[in-house]
Amino acid sequence: MKKMVQIENVGMTFNTKNGPFTALRDINLAIHEAECVSLIGHSGCGKSTLLNLIAGLTRPTSGVLLANGREVAGPGPDRGVVFQNHSLLPWLTCYDNVYLAVERVFGAREGKAKLKARTSAALALVGLTHAEAKFPQEISGGMKQRVGIARALSMEPKILLLDEPFGALDALTRANLQDELMNVMEATGATVVMVTHDVDEAVLLSDRVVMMTNGPAATIGEVLEVKLPWPRERLKLANDPVFTAGRAAVLEFLHHKHLRRAA
Amino acid sequence: MSATAMSIDKPAAPASEKWKPAPAAPDVQVVEKKSVSAGRRQRAGAVLAAALRLLLPPILGLAAFVGIWALVSKSSPQLPGPAVVFQAAVTLFADPFYRNGPNDQGIGWNILFSLERVGIGFGLAALVGIPAGFLIGRFKFLADMAAPIVSLLRPVSPLAWLPIGLLVFKAANPAAIWVIFISSIWPMIINTAVGVQRIPQDYLNVARVLNLPESKVFAKILFPAVLPYMMTGVRLSIGVAWLVIVAAEMLTGGVGLGFWVWDEWNNLKVENIIIAIFVVGLIGLLLEQALVMLAKRFSYE
Repeated sequence: MKKMVQIENVGMTFNTKNGPFTALRDINLAIHEAECVSLIGHSGCGKSTLLNLIAGLTRPTSGVLLANGREVAGPGPDRGVVFQNHSLLPWLTCYDNVYLAVERVFGAREGKAKLKARTSAALALVGLTHAEAKFPQEISGGMKQRVGIARALSMEPKILLLDEPFGALDALTRANLQDELMNVMEATGATVVMVTHDVDEAVLLSDRVVMMTNGPAATIGEVLEVKLPWPRERLKLANDPVFTAGRAAVLEFLHHKHLRRAA
Repeated sequence: MSATAMSIDKPAAPASEKWKPAPAAPDVQVVEKKSVSAGRRQRAGAVLAAALRLLLPPILGLAAFVGIWALVSKSSPQLPGPAVVFQAAVTLFADPFYRNGPNDQGIGWNILFSLERVGIGFGLAALVGIPAGFLIGRFKFLADMAAPIVSLLRPVSPLAWLPIGLLVFKAANPAAIWVIFISSIWPMIINTAVGVQRIPQDYLNVARVLNLPESKVFAKILFPAVLPYMMTGVRLSIGVAWLVIVAAEMLTGGVGLGFWVWDEWNNLKVENIIIAIFVVGLIGLLLEQALVMLAKRFSYE
């Protein structure tokens, strides 16, 4: 299968006031087309840093990152990003927030009617057609995050990067959005990389769960392959032996092998 | 009487009229007339009480102020009391736009000339200060360059700039405008720059992920995000400008509120000086309120 993301010997060292700080070292990972990989680890282990490196928001201090066979030199429309805190522009309506992305990616090639259709389609995909004209502060946290996902999807990215997309939501909303994300993944066939600290979420949504050791100088500890068929159904999986075993393995890694000392 | 019957009564009413809820259906009202009117009276009472709570303290404050003023003026005969000042104000505002030569013009002209100077000086300051603030906020190098100049010049008393203005422009009016300009530019530079520096990194990340061109970044992200900060700067600036105009005009002369205060001092018409103080205060208040409303109009939160 085609490799969409290749991470080779990547390390990241920040220059701080107290001298250099190594966040990541020796990261090696290949992500295949249409695969969903989640990055899990304790907070501060550099999982968001790794996602930012794939997004091109930061450059690695060592090693090479390839996205779709080309070196990552900066952010690009082939990689859609959903931010942790939705990052919608508060002075634009939901529609305009998405339209901004659509116009940027397709504006040079397509007419206005087509761009508008794309924007509406992206919002319809996350079930927000009724909230098009609303401003971000007028809708709930879950809806905001859905607009963020719609914005990322509207660019038709080959790779979808999600940074703790549902971290700030309550359990029920989170479950709904997880189901919606699975539908979207199935509908678009996008390659997904997701940062999470939720074990259930990681196992439910991923083909592989990448477990990271604690920082500083974090790296990949173990990789768990979740051999469950798609489409997955949350309720049926609750007592599925593969699911529970996967869950147990991730918990084991996080709580026994890499227990974070109480700060 | 049904809603349809009502629309037949009033054929001129638009078609949508009959779909409106009809609280005035008389047969219902007959039964509940008493309670409805009682409720209405109760609501009117609540509104009145709220208005009283809102208006009573400022009215009491103003009354106390006028009372103390009257007492003080009783014991010191040079200071005109409220009644004298009110009389003088009535005659003054009866003919605000007379012209008896360059040094004797109506209060209206004085106000307008002062406003014109403030408008020009403040407008020029906004024209220079806001773009400068954007540049200083966006580029760290420029910020470091500007920092010593701004910190050095900002605390300087506005009137210290007047001789420089007189020297350079060789005329009183441009010198007064120059003083307004230089003293009201700082809040706009500083607030705009701080606004640009405080744009949440998230918004800039959105710009980077979407790969927006610099023009779009400015129009869709930078400008809307900075606008509230900028409006605060503008508000502070107009306050400073109006504060400075009286002092500047006292020194430069010409037609204007500051000159008028000085002129009335020379005429020993103290009641007119007090009127001028009230006028200056009132116009300052109105300018500030107008900008607060403008700022609210542009805020997105």
